[in-house]
Amino acid sequence: MSKIRIATTSLAGCFGCHMSFLDMDERLVALLEHVEFNRSPLTDIKHCGPCDIGLIEGGVCNAENVHVLREFRDNCKILIAVGACAINGGVPAMRNHFNLRECLEEAYVNGMGVENPQIPNDVELPLLLDKVHPIHDVVRVDYYLPGCPPSADEFLKILGDLLAGKEPSLPQNLLHYD
Amino acid sequence: MEQNAKPPSDIAPSTNLRRIAIDPVSRVEGHGKITLLLDADNHIHEARFHIVEFRGFEKFIQGRPYWEVPFIVQRLCGICPVSHQLAAGKAVDQLVGVERLTPSAEKLRRLLHFGQTLQSHALHFFHLSSPDLLFGFGSDPAQRNIVGVLEKYPDLALKGVKLRKYGQQIIEAITGKRIHGTATVPGGMNKPLAAAARDALLVDIQDILAWSQDALALNEQIHTAHPEHHRFATISSNFLSMVGSGGELELYHGGLRARSATGAMIFDQFDYRGFQDILREEVRPWSYMKFPYLVELGKEQGWYRVGPLARVNNCDSISTPLAETARKRFKEFGQGGFVQDTLAYHWARMIEILHCVESIQELLHDPEISGTDLVADLGEKRRIGVGVIEAPRGTLFHHYQIDEQGLIVKANLIVSTTSNNQAMNESVRSVANEYLEGHEITEGLLNHLEVAVRAYDPCLSCATHALGKMPLQVELLDADGTLLDRLVKGSNGVIGRTA
Repeated sequence: MSKIRIATTSLAGCFGCHMSFLDMDERLVALLEHVEFNRSPLTDIKHCGPCDIGLIEGGVCNAENVHVLREFRDNCKILIAVGACAINGGVPAMRNHFNLRECLEEAYVNGMGVENPQIPNDVELPLLLDKVHPIHDVVRVDYYLPGCPPSADEFLKILGDLLAGKEPSLPQNLLHYD
Repeated sequence: MEQNAKPPSDIAPSTNLRRIAIDPVSRVEGHGKITLLLDADNHIHEARFHIVEFRGFEKFIQGRPYWEVPFIVQRLCGICPVSHQLAAGKAVDQLVGVERLTPSAEKLRRLLHFGQTLQSHALHFFHLSSPDLLFGFGSDPAQRNIVGVLEKYPDLALKGVKLRKYGQQIIEAITGKRIHGTATVPGGMNKPLAAAARDALLVDIQDILAWSQDALALNEQIHTAHPEHHRFATISSNFLSMVGSGGELELYHGGLRARSATGAMIFDQFDYRGFQDILREEVRPWSYMKFPYLVELGKEQGWYRVGPLARVNNCDSISTPLAETARKRFKEFGQGGFVQDTLAYHWARMIEILHCVESIQELLHDPEISGTDLVADLGEKRRIGVGVIEAPRGTLFHHYQIDEQGLIVKANLIVSTTSNNQAMNESVRSVANEYLEGHEITEGLLNHLEVAVRAYDPCLSCATHALGKMPLQVELLDADGTLLDRLVKGSNGVIGRTA
């Protein structure tokens, strides 16, 4: 049987969902008998190719996030929003209560101990969106895996269901939002 | 959508230099990219490591009650959330007028911090950097990842996975969750360590100790046996770290020490609550990550390095015997001076892993670790709190100001990776000059630049208080902007030429 191909990325998140994925510890070895990784922060594959499952951590805060998210949607048969930030913007979306310029000025102009105050504005820096968005504002999402972060057991349950060709579901004892 | 950036170009404005970009740097935590500017003769004019995301934490934390802060700020980073919770927790202690924690609370925080440093260091070596060091910097990119290491060196990789697991289990035992749990309260900790949890952790400690020694031996051997590693990305820098009252390695609480590249003391046992007198941060237009420097040495000369290399060089001793023996071998390698080898970060990191495991063992046997007196008497409220710890990647500063209602009015964080900003840029420049000048671009060459950045274990999630990034494509253009060569890394990891 050929392996299920999984791609992962972190947009405007904290990497905690990826860390939680790794919290499956030595169970990762058994999982690797059934899956292989495509683009992921853990590999040096930097473009998402055709995949069975895409796991998206983090919300959308700049134009580059939009680009990467669309690349994943275009290439992944199943796209899963992983964690609080992908699902509703999470902590990064706390900036939505403020004007973006205020946020930039606080960090780079009015901040404590700032030398050479200016808002970074280089061609290399991607365009920031004025608000942080959940990923379903941009693309269609097939499943939502809640939690900050979801536990390793939740990842294994969802992937196990999909590997078995079943509709994925989380039992009450695994479902949590914190 | 607010306009804050112009569209990217392959030609630097008004210079006619050609631009090469590695985007994104992979197998690091978070996201960044490297750009090079070269002239018509392939001479490097500029090499930069950019952080391209922005979160705005300093603003959106304003108006929140101080007691929420440790649990919001830890979500800047899922790799070292404990470091942020503890640094913020120490600042909050000051806000509620607590000078000293109860012995059990302080020991519990130290145990938590050792668990965190253990898991983070293990993750960095085994999951992220070991493929470069075991397979070679220019090795097959399809194999150059943790899956490749699990296939080729299953025993080693599995021990690495279990070392990280052990650190995470300590965090879970104390905070209730492996990632983004809760432990600190103003002036203490929220629950004791259950005796059953302590005993469960003690079951595996001998194995963990043995494996951390193996990891150290491997890294020491890799560094000492490869002369080419000694000068790779190596630069000469000042070092900043926290040390204990006797000058010993200290990760949780102590004074600040800075020394110049030659070893001369710049300051020592500096009370970190006054850090604004000794550190400033320069903003440069091309990165969302600021550039801190030591005020005494000024903007040009004042940059420095933090993290394992800085700490092991800077301290006078390590309190645990096995790690101290390892430190002495490290010092011998430096022949009396600082070890400035950038790749020796890996070696220093493993000396610290061993120190963490020895310290964990000590603490688990300490009767006070299960004590239930966990919250100190609160004192007079203060408006300013500064919390500093040595996070896995280096000195971490949290600074908060509150109003009379206890709501945050001002916040600033200098995270470890930010302190290494200039150094990472210098190392990238060094590798670019040594390996890129006059050569055809290859995937292996590109990875050399990434190896230099990885040595610092940058946490770009922390560094920008943000996240997220993308594809690898390198373009070579001549001085007129004509495309000469383009390499694209495909979905299978294979490099193709599309010019």
